[in-house]
This record gives sequence, C-alpha cells and structure tokens, in this order.
Amino acid sequence: MEHRSHIYGVLAEFPTPHELIHAVEKTREAGYRRIEAYTPFPVEGLSEALALKRNKVPLITLIGGLTGGLGGFFFQYWVSVLAYPLNIGGRPLNSWPAFIPVTFELTVLGAALSAVFGMLALNGLPRPHHPLFNVQRFVRHATSDRFFLCIEARDPKFNLSESAHFLQTLHAAHVIEVEDD
Amino acid sequence: MSTRPPYNTEDVKVAPVLEPGHTYASVTDKISAIVLTRPTSLGWVAGFALTFTLVMVLTVSLAWLIIKGVGIWGINVPVGWGFAIVNFVWWIGIGHAGTLISAILFLLNQKWRTSINRFAEAMTLFAVACAGIFPLIHTGRPWMAYYMFPYPSTMYLWPQFRSPLIWDVFAVSTYGTVSLLFWFVGLIPDLATLRDRALKKPMQIIYGMLAMGWRGSARHWHRYQSAYLLLAGLATPLVLSVHTVVSFDFAIAIVPGWHTTIFPPYFVAGAIYSGFAMVISIAIPLRKAYDLEDFITMHHLENMAKVMLATGLIVAYGYYFEYFMSVYSGNKFDLYLTKMRFHGPYSHFYYALILCNILTPQLLWFRKARTNIPLLFVMSLVVNLGMWLERFVIVVISLTRDFMPSAFGRYSATAWDYATFAGTIGLFVMLLFLFVRVMPAISIAEMRELVAETSEDHQ
Repeated sequence: MEHRSHIYGVLAEFPTPHELIHAVEKTREAGYRRIEAYTPFPVEGLSEALALKRNKVPLITLIGGLTGGLGGFFFQYWVSVLAYPLNIGGRPLNSWPAFIPVTFELTVLGAALSAVFGMLALNGLPRPHHPLFNVQRFVRHATSDRFFLCIEARDPKFNLSESAHFLQTLHAAHVIEVEDD
Repeated sequence: MSTRPPYNTEDVKVAPVLEPGHTYASVTDKISAIVLTRPTSLGWVAGFALTFTLVMVLTVSLAWLIIKGVGIWGINVPVGWGFAIVNFVWWIGIGHAGTLISAILFLLNQKWRTSINRFAEAMTLFAVACAGIFPLIHTGRPWMAYYMFPYPSTMYLWPQFRSPLIWDVFAVSTYGTVSLLFWFVGLIPDLATLRDRALKKPMQIIYGMLAMGWRGSARHWHRYQSAYLLLAGLATPLVLSVHTVVSFDFAIAIVPGWHTTIFPPYFVAGAIYSGFAMVISIAIPLRKAYDLEDFITMHHLENMAKVMLATGLIVAYGYYFEYFMSVYSGNKFDLYLTKMRFHGPYSHFYYALILCNILTPQLLWFRKARTNIPLLFVMSLVVNLGMWLERFVIVVISLTRDFMPSAFGRYSATAWDYATFAGTIGLFVMLLFLFVRVMPAISIAEMRELVAETSEDHQ
C-alpha cells in the first residue's frame, strides 16, 4: 500500500490506432474506468471507445459569442444614443444597420476567444509537467508514432501487478509503470 | 461533338495528396528535422540577409515618416489615400487565402488542404501584420491611433460607429486575433512534438512552454477537435466579412467607381485570388528548398491553380459588371470615370491590370500550364502584381477624376512610397524565412492523420 502512492498508473504501448481502440474496449469491459489514451493525432472512434461524453466547448463558445455580440451591439447603442448623441441631419440615433458590422466582428471575436481559452481551461492546460513525462518511451513516441493506454492508480480496480499483467494480455508492445512525483 | 476525351483516360493519373510509403514516424522525422536538425543553408542566410535589408529600408522609411509627416509621400488633394491604402487592401487580401485554406477547405473536408494550411495561415498572419502598418501610419499621427478604439477618455469622446473606417478597425483586429488563435491551436500538438524531439535544452524549454504540456490525451483531443471545428466555422464568415468591410471603405462613399454594390463580393473574390497566387508563390520555392515534394505534390499546385482560375473569373466578371453598370446607369460621372479608365492618364495601369488579372490566367485552363511549375510560379507573381494594380486603379483613378473638373488632379508616388512598400514585402518574406526555421511549416499531426487515412484506403 505504501508503494502504491508513488505510482501514477501503468502504461501500455501499441503500434497502431486499431490495436489501441481494441485495447481500450477490452480494458473498459474488464471494469476499469480511470483510463486514458494518448495518441499522436486524433484517432477516429477512440472517444466512443472511451465513452467520452459530449464536451462543453460548444456551449462555452455559444456563450462567448452571445456575450460578444450583445455586448457589442448594446455598447454601440449606449455610445450613440445615450453617452454621446450626435444629431446629424435628424437621422435616427439608434441607426442599428450601421452597428451590424462591429456587432458581427465582436460576436466572432467573443466566440473564438472562448472556444480557445475554454478548450485550454477544460483540458487543464497549461500544465508544464505531468507524471507521464517521466516515461522515456512516452516522451519519445507519444507525440510521434505510438499509441498509449494508461490505467491510472486512482481507478478502484487498480492493482499494480494485476493491471500490468492485464495489459500484457492485450498484446501491448511495452507495459511500463509510471511513477508519480 | 465527340464525347471521347482528348486524351487517353488511363494516362491521366491524379497526383496523390501524399506520396505513398510514408509512416507516422517518417512524416514526423521529415517535417520536424527541418526545424530541429537541418543545418542552416547558405541560400537561407542569403535570402534572410536580403529581406532583412528591406526591413531596414522599412524602418528608415517609417522613422522618416514619423519625423517629417505624411508629406514625404505623394499624397495630396485630391488623392489622399495613395499607396498606403492600395497596399493595405492588397496585403489584407493576400491574407484571405490562408484562412480560406485552413477554415473553408477544412469544413469541406478537402484532404489536399493538410500540407499547405500551416504555412498559408502563417502567410495570413504576416500579411495582416504588413497590412496593419499602412492605415496606422496613414493616420499621420500613429501614436494617436488608440483614439479609434472605444476607451473611456477624459473628453467623453467615443468612436463614430457609423463609419466604415471604424468597422475596419474592428474587422481587421478581429481577423488578426482569430487568425493567430487558429494558427496557434493548430500548432499546439506540433509544438509538443518539437518539445519531445528537441536535442538542446533551451529548445526543449521554449517549445515546452509553447506546447503548454500537451500530451495527446484522448480527452484533450476530444475538446481540441470541437474547438478547432468551431474556429473553422467562425473563421469562414469572418474571412468573408473582412474584405466586405474593406470594400465598404469604398462602397459607402459616393465617389464614382466606388459607390457600387458589386464591391463586397468582388473584393472577396479578388482577395482569395491574390491570396492563392501568394500561396503558390510561397509553396513552389518552399517545397523545392526543403525537399517537400512528397507532401506538397502536384495535386496541391494544380488545385490551387484551379482555385486561382475560378476566382480570377469572378474578378473578371466584377470588372465587366463595373463597366456595365456605369454604362447602363447612364450616370455621367460614372461614365466619365469609365472613359478615364480606358483613355485617361492612368489607362496604362488599367490595361496592365486586364493583362495580368484576366488574360494571363486563362492559360490555367490547360493542364500543361497548371503542371508547369516555373510557368505557374511566374503566373502567380503576375496575378499578385495585377491585384496590386487593381487597387491602384480603384483608389487613384476615382480620386483624380471625381465630380468637378476643378478638383481633378494627378498622383504620383515618391521614393518613400516605394521604399515603404518594398519594406513591407521584405518584412513579409523575412517573417516567412524565420517561420520555416522555427516552426513546422507543415502540420505534423494532420499529416499523421493523412497517413492513417491513406493507409486505410489501401487496405
């Protein structure tokens, strides 16, 4: 038990995305839930295999876009009608068609900023260090040409030797213990 | 008419988007090696030195401008816009192809976008940077430029939101910001690759900080893909809006030749036209210098040539419609302006424009011309020149021949105008030179995806 707190999880390496997806399915069937896959590019079908729910990025983007658009429009309204009304030949102060270009641009700006920063925040980035970076093979291959599956130590079913052995049975090319720090 | 094609169909092979035989590791190695291990070539140093010299010319021109004021340029009554606005519109238009490739072709699921989107997006950023310089210095007092942004000033003064010039400020700054975000989000996985492959400690630290700890987790990819798709969806209407707003700078005014509803679509088409020309002008030397013929194949060059031809035809339609509307409207000022385009003091610019933008690109109908790389390169430069001439014709001919003969005038650029323009070209190319040495010029993560897809096709 004492040893266990120094372990982040066990990591299995696979040479192709198909083998990874197969392994993820088997691992979930075996009852593991705290698992995560690491791939050098987005692999189709992996989110489904991991049973990931719909993410919140679209909602955040919508809120950001609405905030930008409504804020932009009513700011122009406030400036042109309330704060600094200019009577130019008796034309209406709330000349809303002329406010559309800026409203549109601010909608896009608000949505784009919230999409990017929302995505980074939900992903917990920036995070300069991670226990997986202790693994040489992970650093060498995870962002290049290999596909990894990690069973984390916080999984209730996790047992270092049993989980490692389980990953061996899935024909992993390598199975590596990941130390926590 | 015979239905038989003029060639044997079996002889015509469509060039692949990725030459066969590549693996995840080989695309990673090949693209990251350009940044990490490849020695700096003599050609790079020479090119960098030349463009850096031009940046020095730009610095001197800007310094002299700030010391003396805009009087060092050829602008005066009646032509107050001159080179600064011509160059601004030209540069911002060039940027549009980068966004089109990265956003619209992404939404349309075009595989051939993959190996060209990264440097096209970089091109967008650098073109917007060059474009942004011009309106800023054209204000005459660039240190007062913040007046255009809404901020609570002690004078209780706010921007005039009914003015296209303020729309421009918002459109261009939003465009610059969103292009930067899009480019950076696309770079994150590749920065992680560079972090993990960098051999020297300082490089590992710099790329590590930029990659922000990206580790390719499936949950991260899941959100990343949502964000990327949304950005593409947002950038698509944005890119169309930017040149529309730029065209409003003209179309909202009542000057003959400017006050026309064809301007927004015709400006957007022209922007994409010149932008694709610039992407071709960059892609051809880039693939040659860094042996990227496997990744930027004939397929890409041909497709870009086809887009150039199509948008060139839309632009030609725009020119025709400008002419038609002035004749059909019977408005004497518009008619006179059209006459001045053909027979006025600047008619040689107009004829050169027709030659560059309409006649020369018709060669692209022929497959032989599209696949002839030197010819395609020359044509892309011709189109860039033509698009610059178009903006010159629009700005200068209209302003020198508006309503009152007593207000007619002439415009000629001074050496400082040319020096500033040449300087921004130097800045643009220098930034590209730096970019290919410090960032992966082709998206590595997307190339791996392409390897996965094409290998599945073979199975």
